[in-house]
Amino acid sequence: MQDQLINIKGVGDGLRITLDEAEEWSNITALLASRIDQQSAFFSGARVTLDVGARPVRKDEMMSIKALLDRRGLTLAVVLSDSQTTLDSADALDLRANVSAVPAPEPVDGLAPFNPEEEGTAGVMIRRTLRSGRTVRSAGHVVVFGDVNPGAEIQAVGDVIIWGRLRGMVHAGAHGDTNAVVCALDMTPTQLRIAGYLTTSPQDKRQKPRPEIAFIRDGHIVVEAWE
Amino acid sequence: MTGKVVTITSGKGGVGKTTTTANLGVALARLGQKVVLIDADIGLRNLDIVLGLENRIVYDLVDVVEGRAKLRTALIKHKSFPDLYLLPAAQTRDKTAVSPQDMIQLCNQLRPEFDFILIDCPAGIERGFRNAVAPADEVLIVTNPEVSAVRDADRIIGLLEAERKGPGRLVLNRIKPDMVRKGEMLAPDDVTDILGIKILGIVPEDENVVPSSNSGIPITLNDNSRAGKAFHNIARRLMGERVPFMSLEESGGFFKRLGRIFSGGGG
Ligand SMILES: Nc1ncnc2c1ncn2[C@@H]1O[C@H](COP(=O)(O)OP(=O)(O)OP(=O)(O)O)[C@@H](O)[C@H]1O
Ligand SMILES: [Mg+2]
Repeated sequence: MQDQLINIKGVGDGLRITLDEAEEWSNITALLASRIDQQSAFFSGARVTLDVGARPVRKDEMMSIKALLDRRGLTLAVVLSDSQTTLDSADALDLRANVSAVPAPEPVDGLAPFNPEEEGTAGVMIRRTLRSGRTVRSAGHVVVFGDVNPGAEIQAVGDVIIWGRLRGMVHAGAHGDTNAVVCALDMTPTQLRIAGYLTTSPQDKRQKPRPEIAFIRDGHIVVEAWE
Repeated sequence: MTGKVVTITSGKGGVGKTTTTANLGVALARLGQKVVLIDADIGLRNLDIVLGLENRIVYDLVDVVEGRAKLRTALIKHKSFPDLYLLPAAQTRDKTAVSPQDMIQLCNQLRPEFDFILIDCPAGIERGFRNAVAPADEVLIVTNPEVSAVRDADRIIGLLEAERKGPGRLVLNRIKPDMVRKGEMLAPDDVTDILGIKILGIVPEDENVVPSSNSGIPITLNDNSRAGKAFHNIARRLMGERVPFMSLEESGGFFKRLGRIFSGGGG
């Protein structure tokens, strides 16, 4: 039972701790403390990536779990969540925060060698509409199953694929990759960037939506049917 | 009784949250419901004014939370509707005087005695918003047919979803049918197209709203007002009735567009 509430995995030189989204917070932190205490020699000194899923974690709660880990020689480095509250709390404590669902490299025999190259091209998968005010940044690709609304923003070092309507801002190839592409089922972004190039949607684009792909050709962004 | 807690929020300020809360409260009371309205806009209270109850305030929400007054004593009974009560906001304190947990406890105390507990949320996405939303069973998002208001509503819906309170239902306020017809104003389906949530009601712009709020007699008590009628319909829908949307004009594009959105949507 306990094992389903807390999942601890070795990832590269660190630990990825996933907490059940729904369990009472005080319960789950107590459980976590005792899990670590049981195997303290094994965990000591590790950098922790904490995944709390959709759970909203307040700043004071974030501070106490950080302290809990500190006392046991663990460093909270990254917080993964798709609750804005949690992301804000992590921000306030200067922790690196990101939307969850960044797939963790699966450990083979519990001891997968850390592969920085694969880590760098990981994808972020978001299974819902990105609403106004929401920003997603990824060192890899971004896939959205839903719309990207006006006021939402995606920055990806790799490609951006939207299985829905793109009406917000997207920057693919954010570190300068001119081979990056952006695909959407309906492409009317507020602004679209690939590497150092920029385009906006024509104001009166009211034709029938169709899947389109944007990429760089001859020094500017072109949009074509996505087949 | 297990009262339902409904929070009225918006993101952008001045779109009609307080107007909606007051009118739904009065309309529900007229429909025989026992209702309490909570003004969660601490520091900027005005629900009491719109209800014409300003001069009856003795204690407020913060007095209750801080234990200076019993909840029972702080509730103000409406002059014309004995089943309608108001818990006013404090005028002189700020939002940090109340926590989300306080609001949950307060509503748990009220639930057994009321059919509806409506909470008027302050504008913005900070503490006051979290206070108002924490106890909600359902959230209504009020917006105007303007790009900036819709953008803020979208943001609020995103936050509600992250807090597992979403997506909520929409009240589209201050629509002007003739402007929509001329293409000068967002139509209801333009708004739902972006927000992707159900519409609970559409309230037309009505010049009688301001004077009625000023005099403390909510517009829904005026049977000749279309805005008043719209609030009455929203109240019935909140009670679970299926009430057809009224045509905002006799014929033409706008009504047809409405028909398109709501067919299938139910009520
Ligand atoms: N349908 C309407 N027709 C005409 N005027 C309206 C309508 N709805 C609201 N108003 C007016 O708009 C103004 C703002 O409304 P209200 O105070 O309800 O907004 P609010 O969202 O509560 O504002 P705040 O964010 O400041 O709390 C008021 O003067 C009100 O009378
Ligand atoms: Mg108000």
